[in-house]
Amino acid sequence: MAKVILRKVVKNYDDTPAVRGIDLEIADEEFVVLVGPSGCGKSTTLRMIAGLEDITAGDILIGEEVVNDVPPKDRDIAMVFQNYALYPHMTVYENMSFGLRLKKAPKAEIARRVENAARILDISELLERKPKQLSGGQRQRVAMGRAIVRDPKVFLFDEPLSNLDAKLRVQMRTEIKKVHQKVRTTTVYVTHDQVEAMTLADRVVVMNGGLIEQVGTPNDLYHFPATRFVAGFIGSPAMNFIPCKLEAAAGGLRVKLSEAIAFPVPANRVERYKAHLGAGKLLFGIRPEHLIEQRPHAEPDQHPFEVPLEVTEPMGMETLVHFLVEGTEVCGRVNPNAGALAGKPMKLVADLANMHLIDEASGRVL
Amino acid sequence: MALPLILIIVLLVLYPALYSLHLATLNKGMERFVGFDNFTFLFSRETFWMVVKQSVVFAVTAVVFKALIGFCVAHFVHNVPVKGQRKWRGMLLVPWVIPPAMSTLAWLWLFDPSYSAFNWLLVKGGFEPIGWLGEVGWARFAVILVNVWVGAPFFMIMYLAALKSVPEQLYEAAAIDGANWWQKLWYITIPMMRNIIAITVLFSLIVTFANFDIVRVLTAGGPLDNTHVFATWAFKVGIEGSDLPLGASVSLFMFPILAIFAIFILRDITKRGAEN
Repeated sequence: MAKVILRKVVKNYDDTPAVRGIDLEIADEEFVVLVGPSGCGKSTTLRMIAGLEDITAGDILIGEEVVNDVPPKDRDIAMVFQNYALYPHMTVYENMSFGLRLKKAPKAEIARRVENAARILDISELLERKPKQLSGGQRQRVAMGRAIVRDPKVFLFDEPLSNLDAKLRVQMRTEIKKVHQKVRTTTVYVTHDQVEAMTLADRVVVMNGGLIEQVGTPNDLYHFPATRFVAGFIGSPAMNFIPCKLEAAAGGLRVKLSEAIAFPVPANRVERYKAHLGAGKLLFGIRPEHLIEQRPHAEPDQHPFEVPLEVTEPMGMETLVHFLVEGTEVCGRVNPNAGALAGKPMKLVADLANMHLIDEASGRVL
Repeated sequence: MALPLILIIVLLVLYPALYSLHLATLNKGMERFVGFDNFTFLFSRETFWMVVKQSVVFAVTAVVFKALIGFCVAHFVHNVPVKGQRKWRGMLLVPWVIPPAMSTLAWLWLFDPSYSAFNWLLVKGGFEPIGWLGEVGWARFAVILVNVWVGAPFFMIMYLAALKSVPEQLYEAAAIDGANWWQKLWYITIPMMRNIIAITVLFSLIVTFANFDIVRVLTAGGPLDNTHVFATWAFKVGIEGSDLPLGASVSLFMFPILAIFAIFILRDITKRGAEN
């Protein structure tokens, strides 16, 4: 049970910067997910917290203590690795108890804690097996069991689900969430999968190029992304970005996407966007779920337009439609019964209450 | 398909083996069948039992040191930065690559009682020169030393390969679990390398037990037969002593002893193979 604090943490490999100064405060019992594309520095950050990598500059605190020079074994952390890193020559019981045995904990105490962890993870019958005799999901549970048994201050997860098949991954995701609800230990979890990040986290940390782009609750990141990167990274299919012009119009502003398509800016945003009239290049950002088929009763701030469809992708519960706006491919999500047909024009509406305006040069969401 | 292979094995392995069995049952002149007479004669000779003991001591001591040194050096090379590693690996393999008959000649000069580098150093340091190959203890030490020098690089390269195949994450997991370097070695490295250690030790035991060239060149079995191993003594009795049947009987004794080593070690390997 402890806070984890990162202050201006920097990591360089020779001359290549991997992490370029990040500040992060993780509360006690919080579940924080670091997410980002490969090479964004998320795993390096986790390994620095674990003590498996040195810190080039900055401070890392676990509890109230600066642990920069504390070796991993004295940091009181537990880590679950991507390929589990179970000791192949030891049984599940031996794997799980290894840390306690090294600490020379009393035998009865070890047995009690291993059995308790095994019960939480539902692996009590596997204790005498060797890792080779286990399935991927079972190994994953054992790896988590090894972490739980130690009752550490902090759990660290390094892409623990990426070696599992899609179905098992969803199942284990729920499992991890349940375990955290039972064990309530401060957790730092690294993944490149934004769905995993959204579903597991109390707070998500989106990283890119060795820097933190944004920290927030899953809903915050989804609805109020701070940068174009976050807007594009969170959500699937990804947000559409369409080059646009901001123009003054009768009583307000409008965004012009093409000669044919222009949307009025919702009244409550006019003040915010006014300053950017005539500024540099702007992008109109809107998620596919906010481009839907026209319905009989329009909501406020929904604005209709008509486009010829390029491709339609029926998904069952919805149909993805792709069309071009001034050469930019745009994706929308319509009702499967709305009659979307490739090559035919279709009447869609844009839900402008959920639009974003992005400064292309800085990448900031305005 | 397998016929040429079978022919080669019959010609090069089976025939000599059976022929030496046959030889061992003949008298010195090779014209009369004597049954087990050659063996009972050997059992009554003190030299024979000395050779048995010397062969075992020679092989076991040499293999233990080859394995230990190979293990340590492999760790050293493993921790050398990748850039310099090839150079080290290449240099450390040299003793194994030079034909032992040649490199042993160089050792022969080093051990020379009057002109050798070793004794020169000893005298410089104020010590008495040592009759390296003339005193029983030192001569036994010398043949083992040269055998270790020749054979350790093989262990080094095998253990280096084994070390490289241990996943780094196991060490990281162990570091987080609280293991110090000694515990990582004991609980991770050695168990992960056990099979390769067992196999290299077995093969090296067999080869070392049957060693000929080093002992032959360095001491030729002397002083007074005290450094003989099976192969050199069989050569001395059979070829130099013109008693081929007796030489064949001596060399046949290697087989049961090696078979016992092999059974123990291979059984251990298959047992653990089945567990995993």
